[in-house]
Amino acid sequence: MSEPCSAIPSENPFALTPLERRKKAAARRNQWIMFGFCALLIIPLVLILVDIFWKAAPVLSLDFLWQNPVNKGKEGGLWAPLVGTFYLVVGSLLFVAPVGIFAAIYLNEYAREGWVNRVIGITVTSLAGVPSIVHALFGLGAFVLGMLPAINRLLADPARPETRWEAGLLTASLTVAVMNLPVIITSTREALGAVPQSFREACWNLGATRWQTIRTIVLPNSLSGILTGIILVVSRAAGETAPILFTGATFFKFVADSGTAKLFPYGIGEPFMAMSMHLNIISNQISQMPERMKFGSAAVLITLILAINSLAIALRVWLRGRKRW
Amino acid sequence: MSASPPHLEFRNLSAYYGTKQVLRDVSFTVPRNSVIGIIGPANSGKTTLLKTINRTLDFIPGGRFTGEVLLGGESVTAMRDPNALRRRIGMVFPLPVGLPLSVYENVAYAPRRMGVTDKGELDGIVERCLRQSVLWDEVKDRLNLLGTRLSGGQQQRLTLARALSLSPEILCLDEFSIAIDPVTTMRIEEVLKELRRSMTIVLVTNLVQQARRLADNTLFLWRGETVELSPTEVAFSDTPRDRRTYDYVNGIFG
Repeated sequence: MSEPCSAIPSENPFALTPLERRKKAAARRNQWIMFGFCALLIIPLVLILVDIFWKAAPVLSLDFLWQNPVNKGKEGGLWAPLVGTFYLVVGSLLFVAPVGIFAAIYLNEYAREGWVNRVIGITVTSLAGVPSIVHALFGLGAFVLGMLPAINRLLADPARPETRWEAGLLTASLTVAVMNLPVIITSTREALGAVPQSFREACWNLGATRWQTIRTIVLPNSLSGILTGIILVVSRAAGETAPILFTGATFFKFVADSGTAKLFPYGIGEPFMAMSMHLNIISNQISQMPERMKFGSAAVLITLILAINSLAIALRVWLRGRKRW
Repeated sequence: MSASPPHLEFRNLSAYYGTKQVLRDVSFTVPRNSVIGIIGPANSGKTTLLKTINRTLDFIPGGRFTGEVLLGGESVTAMRDPNALRRRIGMVFPLPVGLPLSVYENVAYAPRRMGVTDKGELDGIVERCLRQSVLWDEVKDRLNLLGTRLSGGQQQRLTLARALSLSPEILCLDEFSIAIDPVTTMRIEEVLKELRRSMTIVLVTNLVQQARRLADNTLFLWRGETVELSPTEVAFSDTPRDRRTYDYVNGIFG
């Protein structure tokens, strides 16, 4: 048995023992290994971004955003797909935000805990992991082949085929909304769940109804978390190609170059152009597409999504700063 | 003789969480404007007993009770609006809860939900309740501070102020002084002696001496059963009805 005190050198009581030296070396080595893996993740990402923006540089300008694509996208800009993506995002939010938020409020604040609630929770989480192409097929079946004929039977004039609604903004928005519904429900439930239960109980003890409690305490203190979830869903809606592939997006649609028609180019029953779809087609379907056009579109789409995600991060930081308990 | 019914009456009250029984056949009455002290070790069902009065037991998954709880002769389970019932009963639970609102809005919360919008009236309620909970002097200059930023003891008094904001007819205090310093506790106890003129007080406490100071009657609950229910002088005398009460009060229980 070694005497612990005798192990300390008398000249310097703080000198490292061999064991401590080995531990320190191991800690340093492990830190470098972790750093290596982190670099492995970051370096390709940076290289990809640099490559894209380098090759896109010749076309990047405000005009590139403001002009319509010309000659199958080989010339001109990105206005028509950009504005289509904007309306797709807005349209899908109009459906997904109220449905998702109210469903999450019901599940979190009203529904009794029990196996039904648990099964619904697990189902919603699993749905969030379903590939977007599956949602696309669901959208095709439910909205394009199911809902549109019903609408046309009611509203369209059989004698005038141009009054018929086609797969377009409405059906694509609904499909993207369905795809994002589980994400919104999950993120909203998380935001609501972050409000301590003791606040609710304090309100109930004062005779406040469930709704009063939600309106005055729960929602004001979870709003920023809910918003963050919505913003992340926006970037997903803007970036995904699969769900709009069969449900309303098209490669080319004539869009006016000026006037209000330029700002509102698509009817809700008309096919529309979208950024993700446009990039997909010009990258691999059109021969002799100039590189700068492909990379220019990619750069714009990436910037758009990075900007949206940064907004979400900024919101999260701001929210952490003004936490009220 | 047709005496008015006791303010609060428990008849054969048994309470359960799922299959676990936490109160067994508890019966007692609380006369109007009296103070009942409820003492007993942890897990005796004291808090559950309070939750049967304003039916917040409903909010706990699996929580339910049998028997009857009568408020002024009327069964609480027969009342159609449990929120109206809850407004008649002030509740202070041991964990201090400052709502994430200003101190002012914490106290004004319940009156506002009742439709009080007049600034002068709200100001009056806020000042009265904060004075009654002995918090006024500490917060009168910073009523806009978030309630959650107060210290634990201040939040507990804020909870008390909130409970008083609707002038309840029954005030239930569950370990209200757990985070409050002894000097302030004594001042609140003085206020409680005033308040009992207008309300009936149910005082759950681990400080047996607090029950002795304040309560007219003392109930000793142990493992969900009534061990002793006597006038406080009897419960704290050398010869209470049950030997276990003497042991508990004198710290030789177990």
